[in-house]
Amino acid sequence: MPEKKHRDSFQKTDMTMLVLVLILVAFGLTVLYSTSEYNGRVRFHDSAYYFKKQLFATVLGIFVMYVVALIDYHILIRAAPVAYLLSMVLSTAVLLVGQEINGSKRWLNLGPLSFQPSEFAKVAVILFLAWQIGRSSGKTSGFWFMCRTMATLLPIVGLVGSNNLSTAIIILGIGVVLIFVSNSRYLQFIGMGGAGIAFVGIFLAMESYRLERLAIWRNPEKYEKGFQTIQGLYAIGSGGIFGRGLGSSLQKLGFVPEAQNDMIFSIICEELGLAGAAVLILVFGTLLWRLCIAAMHSPDLEGALICAGIMAHLAIQVILNIAVVTNTIPNTGITLPFVSYGGTSVVFLLGEMGLALSVGNHRKLPPA
Amino acid sequence: MKKNMTYHKKKIWIVFICCFGILMGLIGRLTYLMGFRSDYYYERAQDLHERERDIKAARGEILDAKGKVLASNKTVCTVSVIHSQIKEPEKVIETLSEKLKMEEAEVRKRVEKISSIERIRTNVDKAVGDSIREENLSGVKIDEDYKRYYPYGSLASKVLGFTGGDNQGIIGLEVKYEDVLKGIPGKILTTTDARGVEIDGIGETRQDPVPGNSLKVSLDANIQEFVQQAACKVMEEKEAERVSVLLMNPQNGEIYACVNVPEFDLNHPFDLNYKADTSALSEKQKQELLNQMWRNPCLNDTYEPGSTFKIITMSAGLEEGVVTPEDSFYCPGYKIVEDRRIRCARRGGHGAQTFVQGAQNSCNPVFIEVGLRLGVEKYYEYFKQFGLLTKTGVDLPGEAGTIMHKMENMGDVELATVAFGQSFQITPIQLATTVSSLINGGKRVTPHFGVSVLNENGTMGKKISYPVKKGIVSEETSVKVRAILETVVSIGSGKNAQIDGYEIGGKTATSQTLPRSANRYISSFLGFAPAKDPQILGICIIHNPKGIYYGGTIAAPVIRSIFDNVLPYLGIEKREEIITPVPTEG
Repeated sequence: MPEKKHRDSFQKTDMTMLVLVLILVAFGLTVLYSTSEYNGRVRFHDSAYYFKKQLFATVLGIFVMYVVALIDYHILIRAAPVAYLLSMVLSTAVLLVGQEINGSKRWLNLGPLSFQPSEFAKVAVILFLAWQIGRSSGKTSGFWFMCRTMATLLPIVGLVGSNNLSTAIIILGIGVVLIFVSNSRYLQFIGMGGAGIAFVGIFLAMESYRLERLAIWRNPEKYEKGFQTIQGLYAIGSGGIFGRGLGSSLQKLGFVPEAQNDMIFSIICEELGLAGAAVLILVFGTLLWRLCIAAMHSPDLEGALICAGIMAHLAIQVILNIAVVTNTIPNTGITLPFVSYGGTSVVFLLGEMGLALSVGNHRKLPPA
Repeated sequence: MKKNMTYHKKKIWIVFICCFGILMGLIGRLTYLMGFRSDYYYERAQDLHERERDIKAARGEILDAKGKVLASNKTVCTVSVIHSQIKEPEKVIETLSEKLKMEEAEVRKRVEKISSIERIRTNVDKAVGDSIREENLSGVKIDEDYKRYYPYGSLASKVLGFTGGDNQGIIGLEVKYEDVLKGIPGKILTTTDARGVEIDGIGETRQDPVPGNSLKVSLDANIQEFVQQAACKVMEEKEAERVSVLLMNPQNGEIYACVNVPEFDLNHPFDLNYKADTSALSEKQKQELLNQMWRNPCLNDTYEPGSTFKIITMSAGLEEGVVTPEDSFYCPGYKIVEDRRIRCARRGGHGAQTFVQGAQNSCNPVFIEVGLRLGVEKYYEYFKQFGLLTKTGVDLPGEAGTIMHKMENMGDVELATVAFGQSFQITPIQLATTVSSLINGGKRVTPHFGVSVLNENGTMGKKISYPVKKGIVSEETSVKVRAILETVVSIGSGKNAQIDGYEIGGKTATSQTLPRSANRYISSFLGFAPAKDPQILGICIIHNPKGIYYGGTIAAPVIRSIFDNVLPYLGIEKREEIITPVPTEG
């Protein structure tokens, strides 16, 4: 980045990022309405059932984003340990008194609203790591430091992972990325990568149902449990280059189960075609780029880590979601940010975006 | 507070580049799925979304020579329920069990079964179906369908045949003309959601069915009915096993009537036409009994023709010139051929007689003599020339072939027996067809029922043509044969077939079925009229009559009564001489 532009953009709201977020939110709501219309009509006799709930969460999220963007992230960093502890308390609570939906306990009921603590945990982890790495006085390149930092994540990974493996993987991913960024070396990460792959291999082999997932992944048409995957592929494939047109999906009519959730990307493909899907991916890519720029422009490490963490979070979810839907990797339940149905998710994602905007808004030259 | 170092920025950039690279990879994956694999998945998805429903095509009708409907379609309904669309299950159960006269429990079971569509009952009368439809119950579906219906019940059952569950022909004309009658079924393709509910707006692709063409046959319901009555009468009187009567036009091969009593009910073709306890029989045995009942003995079965076959020997002899009508013969009551003594029907013998008298007397030695004069080779040649070794080509399935000696195995004894119609078997329709060609001037016509395929609007469509083989015998021989056979009826053994005012030709036959010791006979008579210009040829075959079994005594009167009624019906007027007699010569 040229130094001049750097100075000009000092302490200024990143309008590009804001516009990209608003585009994604608007696009997400449109597609969500189209996708959930059938399920809402069939189950609740209300075509806009899912849309209305999502709209409410989005409005709330935009408000949160606005407020967070105004607050100096240095203040928020200081609250990170509290947020991290709170997320652990909430994750414990959900295990004890959580509401079970579709066989997993992931929701806490707060009056008329329900809340998914695991979504909060992701933000808390980003803030907590930024705080932890930022305050450490010693070198951050040591192997010991890496292990210690990872170790502080283990309680929340364990709590969340006990009923939501996918989110635990995301949290771990965020952790790995932030440690990678904070460390000046490269070599030990290659070793870590190798160890990680070995760990995943052992982890998969330990439980036969995970191996079964692999078999389904390789040949979804042969397994009953490959139903969701294959229906997603039918939707993607029948989209062609330009799609059937917005609202014209047939696969959303009960063929793709819970089309408004994890599999929503397949319906986007069916309705908008390869063109629409590629544009959406590029919009995500551009947003990641803006987050990367925000991280690089941050004068202090905390701000950089916050933005890098958010970028990692967004990137991991987008990549894993699309990879699962296209059957590039075995099935695991990860939602598509800003698009999939889920109120907690959209509120916290928008909160994170507010945080990233705040990093741009509150740049301070560190004391020399 | 730490500074954001350059290596931090570099690493953030690396993370971003990695993520962006992976995203591009996913776009590549999508390009593969949506570009190259698109057709495969699109087709699979299409299969999933589309439900195909067949629309049956109306089967063509079968019409008789006068346009009367012999085989038709009745609209029947199929009542089904669609579980997901039922709103008032109790009312549905009550209404359906009441209207369809079914047990409530049975209806309830089907209504409450969770399935996309459940059939309650098929073959429901249209009136009942309409009354259910008027109730406007949601979730109850009335589909109209066609069922074959035969207005005349058992009339010409073994000719018309019937259809099976999918309206496909099983026997008779129904199967022979399947391609003409069946039509092309239509299709409805609808797009549905995962529950099978049709989606509005996308619309359905409809392919209308093409109804089958109607077939006009030469059979005349009036003649057939009359002939059937006559056949039933003689069967009852003579306590015969069965009676077959075939009536055809010897000039063009059109069959006017083909009766085989006992017939069976075409509207219930799987019920036996006699009282029998079938509870102890296996499915295979029951099917065997049904197959027997469905046979058409006029063409599916062969028999020893007996003396009617003397017409063939006569024609061959006259054509070859080995005998003339005036030739004289002597019958001592038997004829010795090689080492065999073959008896005449009249033990005392007929004494001296001309060939014509021999024919009138149906004298076996006379015809043995004619056969021997021809010799095996010549006789066999005529047998072949007359078409007796090939099938007639009648437009019904399952025509039986001739069972005949091989020429090299035929000695004079075999020749002698064949000459008066024994020791070999042909079908009745073969005999009728062969005699037709001998009396119509020598053209072998193809016996047939199908006359024309009608257009959709019922107008005359494509006429069906049949092969005709000319030059079977000379015109002169044909004239002689007609004249001799006329005298058989006017003064000979066939005099029971006489009708005042008509010149009728004919020949009687009485044959014993194998084994000879069973004393079972077949009495038959073949007649044609008018003798000089035959317009109709009839053959009556009575199987195993009790009491008198002579063909001239019991079969000839049947043909007489049929001709007496049918000739005026066909517009063949009586000779005027009867009304204004003219002096006869000599």
